[in-house]
Amino acid sequence: MAVMTYREALNTALREEMRRDPRVFVMGEEVGLYDGAYKVTQGLLKEFGDKRIIDTPICESGFTGVGVGAAMLGLRPVIEMMTFNFSILALDQIVNSAAKICYMSGGQYNIPLVVRGPGGPAAQLAAQHSQSMETYFYHVPGLKVVRPSTPADAKGLLKSAIRDDNPVIFIEAETLYAVKGEVPDDPDYLIPLGQAVVRREGTDVTVVAYMGMLYRALEAAEELAKEGISVEIVDPRTLRPMDTETIVGSVRKTHRAIVLEAGAGFAGMGSEIAAEIQEEAFDDLDAPIERVTGENAPMPYAKNLELLKTPSKAKIVAAIRRVCNR
Amino acid sequence: MAQTKIATPAARLDSELARRLLSQMALIRRFEEKAAEMYAMGKIGGFLHLYIGQEAVAVGATSVCRPDDYAVSSYREHGHCLAKGSDPRKIMAELFGRMGGLSKGKGGSMHLFDKSVNFLGGHGIVGAHLPLAAGAGFAIKYQGGDQVVLCYFGDGAVPQGEFHESMNLAALWKLPVIFICENNRYAMGTAIHRALAQTEIWRFAETYGIPGEPVDGMDVLAVREVVGRMVDRARRDKTPALVEARTYRFRGHSMRDPAGSVYRTKEEVEREKLRDPIALFGDRCLKDGVLTEADLKTIEKTINDVADEAVAFAEASPEPPPEELFIDVYKD
Repeated sequence: MAVMTYREALNTALREEMRRDPRVFVMGEEVGLYDGAYKVTQGLLKEFGDKRIIDTPICESGFTGVGVGAAMLGLRPVIEMMTFNFSILALDQIVNSAAKICYMSGGQYNIPLVVRGPGGPAAQLAAQHSQSMETYFYHVPGLKVVRPSTPADAKGLLKSAIRDDNPVIFIEAETLYAVKGEVPDDPDYLIPLGQAVVRREGTDVTVVAYMGMLYRALEAAEELAKEGISVEIVDPRTLRPMDTETIVGSVRKTHRAIVLEAGAGFAGMGSEIAAEIQEEAFDDLDAPIERVTGENAPMPYAKNLELLKTPSKAKIVAAIRRVCNR
Repeated sequence: MAQTKIATPAARLDSELARRLLSQMALIRRFEEKAAEMYAMGKIGGFLHLYIGQEAVAVGATSVCRPDDYAVSSYREHGHCLAKGSDPRKIMAELFGRMGGLSKGKGGSMHLFDKSVNFLGGHGIVGAHLPLAAGAGFAIKYQGGDQVVLCYFGDGAVPQGEFHESMNLAALWKLPVIFICENNRYAMGTAIHRALAQTEIWRFAETYGIPGEPVDGMDVLAVREVVGRMVDRARRDKTPALVEARTYRFRGHSMRDPAGSVYRTKEEVEREKLRDPIALFGDRCLKDGVLTEADLKTIEKTINDVADEAVAFAEASPEPPPEELFIDVYKD
């Protein structure tokens, strides 16, 4: 077990999978010579050379499509989006090509492709560079969508994504790249896709949260513990396929649920999880499910407005108190 | 139409080759006429984009390739898939939405895929398969192979960003892809001069520093010669190329535009039909003495039988069972 940053954990996963399987290559803007815009691919060009670490011009649709075509011929591409905000330019290749070719071909071709990079709210990057992009992808049958919250998860989930035979959207968090944690050394350390984890055990209320919201929920839970409210926190880790069993299992125990989401709440992941809970465990609920989500506005630049856009710890604490009748 | 000088074929023609080219073109024609009949009878649904009039392009281009080369196309791909060697029965069953189809009926007319002949699919979003072709070329190079990729698309894909992104990447990285633009002069109902500032499409090759050439897409031997040269070079040194095959679709954009007469004149269509690639090539074979009238009759009989058999196979094939709805969404 080594202590490393989230960024280093991702780098380790890429390095180990590239050593393990010569079909794996990394392609994207500034991934090679520049060592990655966020340094996730640091040192990979030096170890693997420019045949396998490929700098591209700025053409997200083009190089994502190259990844899909290469996957059809049996390679296992890892396509980096410098930030996931740019993936909208590649949305057609991801949604109409990568996600559907297996189905449209009746299973003749499958697309073992990973599209990865940072996404979610960042620090004063304004409307186009600071948004939760998972919403655009988890609606699509044929895609898997991963949002890893810790360094160990970053490693274990990225390795599973690369070994998966399907297209995986792997959205990291710019704000978590420097977070440190213990990461298993095992080169076969894999966390299966579609498996949630209970981050904190509790008995009074279930909070579902991932990425930055997870850390805010953990802080809220600490504060509320002092008041005698015992909060259980579930991190879905994979948004599609969703581990409803673990989430619902927790709600059956606590009888109360809150879903956190950094992005705008309308038709978001919070809505989906809330619907799943009430479909599966309505009779177990002692209170209505609450969603605490980002406001339905683009991300503003001004620091004070930015703070209002994403759910604060205070908002989360207030919601938990409401749901618990305290 | 632009007045660019077009290469004329000097290729030698023997009986065996003549028979093969004519049979393939005639089969594509007959297969699609049958498909149109079946569409009218309600046995085929959705969109059905016919290739009728353009057969010389797919047949000529495929004829200079090896079976292990790849091809990928748009939604007007029945001809490319047949030329690649796919089983007509499985294609017809796919159009019928039946279990015996190439994709068990789940792709349909616009999404024919056949891994057994390296056909990388029919793709329904205009221009979207051009990056896939570049990706296939990338994989060939990565794996150290010497295959090439034929990428077919219409003039309607040229204004799309992905055309330019793919041409740039293929040229930049030297990927063995032959981009074959089948310029049939209309993107659905939009005439080429209403869509492109540069209507001589092959000239975009100059922009990307790769070989480009126009060719008479109604002349199967001319297509063979030009694409053959490009394929040889791509196989040798991974140079991509752009071929503009000037052709014409005799039918409308799809079966929902049966006459195709709103945006073009009847006179134009009739005039173009005089350049029917199958009739022209048949006449030439007779004139050159490589085929006889009897040969032509035999070919016609054979392809009629194949098309009839394809329909019979499709009719007899069962619908996909309900559980197929969820199979192949993911690979296990």
